[in-house]
Amino acid sequence: MASEAVVERRSVGHRLAGLLHGRRRLQVGALLAGPVGWLVIGYLGSLALLLVAAFWSVDPLSGLTEKSFTLENFEALIDEPVYRDIVWRTVRTALLVTITDAIIAFPIAFYMAKLASRRGKALLVIAILLPLWSSYLVKVYAWRTLLSANGAINWALEPIGLSGPGYGTTAVWLVFSYLWLPYMILPIYAGLERIPNSLISASEDLGASPFTTFRRVILPLSFPAVVAGSIFTFSLTLGDYITPRLVSNDQFIGNVIFSNVANNQPFAAALAIVPIVVMIAYLLVARRLGAFEHV
Amino acid sequence: MRLSGRSRMLLRIAVAVGLAFIYIPLIVIVIYAFNSSRILEWPPPSFTTHWFDQAFNSEAAREAFFTSLKAGVVASAIAMVLGTLAALAVARHRFFGRETISFLVILPIALPGIVTGVALSNTFTQVLDIPLSLFTVIVGHATFCIVVVYNNAVARLRRLSGSFEEASADLGADPWQTFRHVTFPGMKSALIAGGLLAFALSFDEIIVTNFTIGAGEQTLPIWIYSNLFRPRELPIVNAVAVIVILISIIPVYLAHRLGAEEGGTTGGRGAGGKGAHGGGVETGATSVP
Amino acid sequence: MSSRDANPARTAWLVVAGLVVFMLVLAGCGGGDDSTTGGSSDEALEKVGKGEGEVSLISWAGYVEPGWSKPFEQKTGCKVNNKEAGTSDEMVELMKTGQYDGVSASGNATARLVAAGLVAPVNTDLVPNYKTVFSDLKDQSYNTFEGVSYGIPHGRGANLLMWNGDDVSPAPDSWNVTMDPKVAAKYKGKISQYDDPMSIAEAAVYLKFHEPDLGIENPYALDEEQFNAAVDLMKEQQPNVGEYWGEAAKQISGFANGDNTVGTTWQYQYFALKGEDVPVEASPASQGFLPKEGATGWSDTWMIAKDAKHPNCMYEWMNWIIEPKVNAEVAEWFGEAPAQELACKQTENKNFCAEYHAEEPQFWERVYYWETPLADCGTGDGECMDYNDWVKAWTSIKG
Repeated sequence: MASEAVVERRSVGHRLAGLLHGRRRLQVGALLAGPVGWLVIGYLGSLALLLVAAFWSVDPLSGLTEKSFTLENFEALIDEPVYRDIVWRTVRTALLVTITDAIIAFPIAFYMAKLASRRGKALLVIAILLPLWSSYLVKVYAWRTLLSANGAINWALEPIGLSGPGYGTTAVWLVFSYLWLPYMILPIYAGLERIPNSLISASEDLGASPFTTFRRVILPLSFPAVVAGSIFTFSLTLGDYITPRLVSNDQFIGNVIFSNVANNQPFAAALAIVPIVVMIAYLLVARRLGAFEHV
Repeated sequence: MRLSGRSRMLLRIAVAVGLAFIYIPLIVIVIYAFNSSRILEWPPPSFTTHWFDQAFNSEAAREAFFTSLKAGVVASAIAMVLGTLAALAVARHRFFGRETISFLVILPIALPGIVTGVALSNTFTQVLDIPLSLFTVIVGHATFCIVVVYNNAVARLRRLSGSFEEASADLGADPWQTFRHVTFPGMKSALIAGGLLAFALSFDEIIVTNFTIGAGEQTLPIWIYSNLFRPRELPIVNAVAVIVILISIIPVYLAHRLGAEEGGTTGGRGAGGKGAHGGGVETGATSVP
Repeated sequence: MSSRDANPARTAWLVVAGLVVFMLVLAGCGGGDDSTTGGSSDEALEKVGKGEGEVSLISWAGYVEPGWSKPFEQKTGCKVNNKEAGTSDEMVELMKTGQYDGVSASGNATARLVAAGLVAPVNTDLVPNYKTVFSDLKDQSYNTFEGVSYGIPHGRGANLLMWNGDDVSPAPDSWNVTMDPKVAAKYKGKISQYDDPMSIAEAAVYLKFHEPDLGIENPYALDEEQFNAAVDLMKEQQPNVGEYWGEAAKQISGFANGDNTVGTTWQYQYFALKGEDVPVEASPASQGFLPKEGATGWSDTWMIAKDAKHPNCMYEWMNWIIEPKVNAEVAEWFGEAPAQELACKQTENKNFCAEYHAEEPQFWERVYYWETPLADCGTGDGECMDYNDWVKAWTSIKG
């Protein structure tokens, strides 16, 4: 009797769930339908539509695309040396920012993970996350004033006879390192937390100095976390055009795309392929280095 | 861990320097919020609360703030659903193309915002013929927010043993019941943390938003950006930024507490704000089989 | 992970991949992104009807201010949604989205907008205030195409040479202070230059005066030799430039903080800085308000989008902006010469029009309004560098 009642009262949802039960492929399909549909058709499709324009050309006056296949955009990219300079400048800055952030973030993350008290940890996490809520633009403008000729940095360094970097590539590096720092601290913190203290104690018991323990136990174990954090610092720097525009005269890949997207979309599309390729390469390297491993 | 007093001291100094680095520009922002001059000069000639006054009275700022809230809530809700679905598939099943999913999910955030923005904008206006509006903004935001929730969810699912779910199935529960009663409670805090981070991402996003927003609306970052063209009113932006930081203390604290509830010391990833694009990661891993 | 499991999933992936390819093919076969070629069947409005309740505009900073947009909203019931842009490129890009009803286009955008079919002709009969617009603003090459009027003039002005009176002396009377490498070197790292390909025209204006052998007439219609000379001049300027500015706020903070001491600017920034007691100066009356080479400038036109969603409100706006009282306010607020003749009687400063040469066509002969560089030099024959060449050159100049 009870089972009959249960069978009658089974809702559509339950019946659907029953249908899926045991059928793994269906389960996977049902789970993935939404995200994959959204990402592949919506996002990838849009991307493909944009990038296919890289093989077209544009009528210079009207900006209308002529949909005949041509490689002239890529030729222009390769022939004119300024684009190589810009790409290299962007990639170089992205790498520098990543390394800088890793260096600054590690001690903080380590302290938070291993040495801070429970309350200290909480306070530090909040302290690090709070700045993220102040608008990106506001922060970059604050840096502009810090770096300006009459700004606080020059004012502070003057007594020692030095002067600040002013605007320029150094400023861009500084500001990017500043902006993305929390995105490096958090993953490293999480990664370090997962290293059991017993491993560290064991290393010390075996006679290793703190430095050796760090070098041979902690660093290798936390490296995937560092690499994972680096994916964000690298990609965020690679695509940004607002900061270079505000604190320097430098052109980054994003700036050139931005200045071409209005009147020469095929060329902008060709330019856009460059960071995509760079990013894919970076992600492959990151995978190799174990960023995607579960430690 | 046994560290010599000197190492401990050095570490403390490193942390202090790091924190100083993080907070000095913020102090500048606060000082500017009280700046009596209309242009951003240093040092400020004198102080006033005039800008806070204006900020509270600015209808445009308030509307922009609520628009951002709306967009953020909906975008992160969508991202939470889609991210969880994808995470469940990846963490609990094996299938061809599992690695590709992780790559796919991270792509919107890995690519420059301008590429995503222009691509989506073109599709909306030219292929689909949909007018740009808050809806299109939400679509854009949800797309790159998925990865944040996904990462957190996958990482948490990996730590939760699948054996509980198998036991549940053995006891006769169907997949939905298993999810509701076994999987979800275990994932809850990770999802919330991911959702909060996704929200923060959407809240401060400007590049993709610029390309997908309609004429009549403004999110907070767009409003701030438009003030760059109204230099006489620019300082109000600093006041607004300070207000937003203060308001955000509560959700950040909540996020930390929620994250810290489960998983003990490995919780606490909390929410984060954002730059042009960005993501926080629960366990530092970005996914994978 | 049995192979049996993998196969159906693999099929699913293949289906998905096929979908993506299908969409690519769609795009290739002329999907939807080809706007109709301009000029075919666009017609100007016949009659202005009832307002639609709102109007969406793209404008330069300072063109749409609450001082006159709020009264407009009250009078017509059309709520004004305004988006400010920093460059003409941004304006064209925004117009392409089809989300806006009108744009205050400079000469380096108008021809592009018309050719791309993004704007419709304007029926000037429907704009009563147009009758009394200055005659040397009507039927110009930047607002009239194939004899058809495409917009309503907003106002005009010359780009200013601005300098910090405390740091730069003697007061410059020539653009050589930013253009001549030897003189500019004195202000190395302190020069402020507009971040847009149009800046190449500034070099052309300079060369027109100082190197007449090049034969430059119109600084926007340059043949290869003239163009290369101008580009080389800008490349020589680059090491001396402190900041290239794309947003007004950036330049204002630059001058206010001592990072920039001399450069090209708009009246908007000039007055903002003066208002904050920064000791900036610009070419005074004794110099005719222009450095001796003349200057580039702008004469902006309000254009209406093709298939605008709120055409009636847009026509109301176009009429409103050249309403004598309004145009006077607009001109005085920004610091430019009004487009409306009758505005000169409505300005607060009774000498305003005289100071801004609003009624002196010969003054404007030394001002080269922004124009779109065309391959046919704008005359139908001749071989000049087109806008894409300018954009590419600007990228190489900045490096």
